[in-house]
Amino acid sequence: MANRKVLVPIGPYHPLLEEPEYFQLYCDGEDVVDVEWIAGYNHRGIEKLSESKHYDQVTFLVERICGICSTSHPIAYCNAMEDLAGIEIPERAKYIRNIIGELERIHSHLLWFGLAGHFLGYNTVFMWVWKYREGILDMFEMITGNRNHYGMLKIGGVRRDIEDEDIPILKKTLSQVKGKIQMLTEAVLDDPVLAARLKGVGVLTKEDIKNYGAVGPIARASGVDIDVRKDDPYAGYNLVEWKVITTENGDVFDKTVVRLLECLESIKIIEQSLDAIKGKKGQICKEVREIPEGEGIGHHEAPRGEVFHYVRSDGTNRPVRHKIRSPSYVNIPTFKASCIGETIADVCIILAGVDPCYCCTERISVYDKDKNKKVYEFSDLVKMSVEKTEKIKKEIGKEGKLWKKLL
Amino acid sequence: MIDKLKEKLKDIIKDIKIHNEKKIYLTIDKNDLKKAVNIIFNEMGARFQTVSGIENFNNFELLYHFSFDKEGGIIVSLRTFTEKEKPEIESLTGLIPGIAWIEREIWELLGINFVGHPNLKHFLLREDWEENYYPLRKGVKTNGK
Repeated sequence: MANRKVLVPIGPYHPLLEEPEYFQLYCDGEDVVDVEWIAGYNHRGIEKLSESKHYDQVTFLVERICGICSTSHPIAYCNAMEDLAGIEIPERAKYIRNIIGELERIHSHLLWFGLAGHFLGYNTVFMWVWKYREGILDMFEMITGNRNHYGMLKIGGVRRDIEDEDIPILKKTLSQVKGKIQMLTEAVLDDPVLAARLKGVGVLTKEDIKNYGAVGPIARASGVDIDVRKDDPYAGYNLVEWKVITTENGDVFDKTVVRLLECLESIKIIEQSLDAIKGKKGQICKEVREIPEGEGIGHHEAPRGEVFHYVRSDGTNRPVRHKIRSPSYVNIPTFKASCIGETIADVCIILAGVDPCYCCTERISVYDKDKNKKVYEFSDLVKMSVEKTEKIKKEIGKEGKLWKKLL
Repeated sequence: MIDKLKEKLKDIIKDIKIHNEKKIYLTIDKNDLKKAVNIIFNEMGARFQTVSGIENFNNFELLYHFSFDKEGGIIVSLRTFTEKEKPEIESLTGLIPGIAWIEREIWELLGINFVGHPNLKHFLLREDWEENYYPLRKGVKTNGK
């Protein structure tokens, strides 16, 4: 090993979005009989790297795990460190963490919804939803200075305060986005074509959820009302009024509805948090000088579900072990339950319904069961999916009224 | 919660560490693992979170994390050890289907053998990865030397 010059990617890390993964669908005619998943293309060894950084650096390291939900990992990591050292963060920091966490949920869900529209052949939805998402990114820029990778978290609190004079502008942008999301939700619920395409497709039962340990909107769409923010409140989630959204059917339609309604709950949380810090001054970060020996667990409800961090300290300034489990790690295996028996045209949206990553779905290839030969590429799948929507549109003969208003 | 766990797991528990009211660590023997997980996962209805594998100075440590979401979000971690020479532990894929990936991951990165795992092949590392070279072990540097 000594003279081999290889940059070894070490440490278990699972890329959430925009990262390469590879699905193999095994098909019998139009029906999917098995799904295989191959990973590791973008394994960066974050857990091993974390052992070589000091505790403050790790906050920024874990932020780089994912570009979409980039604040989820730092929140979970800080929760773990605060659990380890027994730190209670200042109230103002709690509200600011709420705001960052929920803004991220809205932008991530909108991003997903746009892509889902693209997969189904509603490209206008894709364009418009991403336009609405810009407002949220502007808010991020105003609060943190960045549209992504906010660098807001620190063990013991947050790094930047929200200024009073920014709050009216933030609230105005938020209310504009709120109107758009309400319109989108109504349009989805009203549209007969979407209903025909998504209802009863890729159903996950409560038992599947338990067996695979699935989390987040996937679990909540199947009627399992788990949400870390409610079950084990951290940051300031117990200081504001909001409710957990659940639906019963477990199909892709319900997953869409859960995500959109969750955005509205997030807006409620942000509005209340902004009101709570307005006109007040206060500490935003506790000074943490030493991390004692011990172990800590932190979890956070990311847009895709629970992020789990386990940190062990031996009293030095670096972790001995840092275990990270992202939500897609437990959500992706549910494909075994949701895809098998479905048709190829539907698999595209089922895989997307879990919100793993669009590059994930881009790497689908379809194999013929008997010949073990590649028959379709991802672009063919999107085409088939779009054609199916068009066919249904013709059969039904109309589109939802609200789409016309929207588009 | 602690009383309930004590009652259900009576003789299995070797040691209890209560970090705070929401984080409980139970040390058990690796031969009792299946029994304990069956009670916590199936009888008590906890949600399986993940497994953390840790290399210690003279043994390997595995932590099986379970969350009781509707009982205050309490996280119960089952701590078990396996010896440094030929580390081995029973696979729980028969009990929890969702454990398959993390067992594969620990197998390839730390070199702990999961006896009875149906598909113990490389997961994150490439298929032709060098045998007996486990990157997450302490001796291995991040530059691969």
